[in-house]
Amino acid sequence: MITVQGLTKRYARTLAVDHISFEVKKGQIVGFLGPNGAGKTTTMRILTCFLPPSEGTATVAGFDVLEQPMEVKRRIGYLPETPPVYHEMEVQEYLTFVGKLKGMSGATLAARVTEVAERCAVADVRAKLIGKLSKGYRQRVGLAQAIIHNPDVLILDEPTAGLDPKQINETRDLIKSLAGDHTIILSTHILPEVEQTCEQVLIINKGKLVATDSVHNLQARARGAESVLLEVEGRNGAVESQIVQHRLETVNGVSRVVLKDSRENRSVFEVESLKDRFIRGDLARAIVESGWNLNELRASAMSLEEVFLQLTGGEKVEEPEPVEAVAQGESQ
Amino acid sequence: MRNIWVIAQKELNSYFVSPVAYLLLTMFAIIFGFFFWNSVGYFNAASLQSQMGGQPMPMSVNEYVIRPLLSNIGVVGLFFIPMISMRLFAEEKRLGTIELLATSPIRDIEVIVGKWLAAVMLYGVLLLFSAINFAFLFRYGNPDWKPLAIGYLGLLLQAGGLLAIGTFISSLTKNQIIAGAATFGVCLLLWVLEWVSGYETATWAKVLAYFSVITHYDSFSKGVLDTKDAIFYLSMIFLGLFLTSRSMESLRWRS
Repeated sequence: MITVQGLTKRYARTLAVDHISFEVKKGQIVGFLGPNGAGKTTTMRILTCFLPPSEGTATVAGFDVLEQPMEVKRRIGYLPETPPVYHEMEVQEYLTFVGKLKGMSGATLAARVTEVAERCAVADVRAKLIGKLSKGYRQRVGLAQAIIHNPDVLILDEPTAGLDPKQINETRDLIKSLAGDHTIILSTHILPEVEQTCEQVLIINKGKLVATDSVHNLQARARGAESVLLEVEGRNGAVESQIVQHRLETVNGVSRVVLKDSRENRSVFEVESLKDRFIRGDLARAIVESGWNLNELRASAMSLEEVFLQLTGGEKVEEPEPVEAVAQGESQ
Repeated sequence: MRNIWVIAQKELNSYFVSPVAYLLLTMFAIIFGFFFWNSVGYFNAASLQSQMGGQPMPMSVNEYVIRPLLSNIGVVGLFFIPMISMRLFAEEKRLGTIELLATSPIRDIEVIVGKWLAAVMLYGVLLLFSAINFAFLFRYGNPDWKPLAIGYLGLLLQAGGLLAIGTFISSLTKNQIIAGAATFGVCLLLWVLEWVSGYETATWAKVLAYFSVITHYDSFSKGVLDTKDAIFYLSMIFLGLFLTSRSMESLRWRS
């Protein structure tokens, strides 16, 4: 559905997107992941024909963004980072206007406006001015606008930015419900979002594509080792964090213990396991049997976050994956 | 064509749901009403005086009321035009809705012409308010309607040219106030350029004066449709809209 080949975008001094290539199959939800300023928005703007690429090609549904922008625009629904809404318009009026812009008219348009308003849960505010709506509603109006002409491809730039947790969940569900009919690319810098909504991930950093893989594979890659945060409290007064640390290090399967924080009678440790070892039970037993209190024990955020940090050069870089190979193999 | 109308309709709508249109219309109605009242009062006094003086001079309503008033509208219009055109693109750029327009299957030129057309139409409504005053002249006097019609055509063309330039200026910035102030400056300059012809007859002065939008209105206010002046305004419209389309294009390459 979407094919990008050696896409590059140069601004006056900076290289925003640097020779990225990927492919998105019909009906997929793809997460476009990267830190702020990585080039996500630029790539999306090129795909929507808002910006021309400096080099390389991008085709949507077989049409080139430079050669046949009208055909591409007809097939794309786009939600920019700030929903492109007119504050002085009513929701229904706005959706009708966008529908007309996309070339719809008459009864088809009226029916479609009703349909998308219901689908995006904005039917109850149809007669309200957009300027008076909350951020969450505005975002959903933006989403309704993007799907009004039933486009083949949906491009959503940080669709959940600035929403409260409840709204984020609702928006995610809505996006998931749109998959299948539409091919969706959504950008985000929030990892759980990708885990929850997407099938495929493109990780981009400083304009370069650093990984293309399925969410499942990336998670598996991350899940090799376990990382646990625990807080230990001495039963009577102070606790000797040194002693606790030694005790923890002797637990079977532990590879590393880091003292994170220490106050009079309690200490917080981060414990990492060896590959494929589950250590939480043993850790808890060791602490309790040594006569300390175990205040807290939880798996620290390990999931995609680590992979992400590795790939985007966060702290430790282990084995950079050969991008192209993974990209080809996993795009099904 | 249809797309142009979709855009124009949306622009007109936003003029009329916000206080902008009503404010402009009210201000214009008051200012022009005052001009009209003044002008008719002066005309009455003058004709009365010429009768008292014993040598009644035939005075034409067209000559003494309509013509100066039409020129006045042109000048008052210079102050209203920036307020009409300043938001056209600046607001879209500020809100980010320009992205919606630029990623919809609609050509840039359709967006530009649609917006400009809406601005001209709002100016047309403004002119309608002045026409109400003139209607009284037809009720109580016997003016010729043809010069009046040509005068209005000239006003629309003049405003069309200035609005096209205002549209261009609005597409250069995100800030309505900047767009408005710059357009106002340009309008004012295009008005006063004519002054140099008052004391200087060199070629440069003639060229400068040629670019004054006011001099080109003289023929229209007399009720004469001069192609040379019509072409001046039409090329101004074309230039303004062309520059806007260049500016929209550059937005894509720069932003």
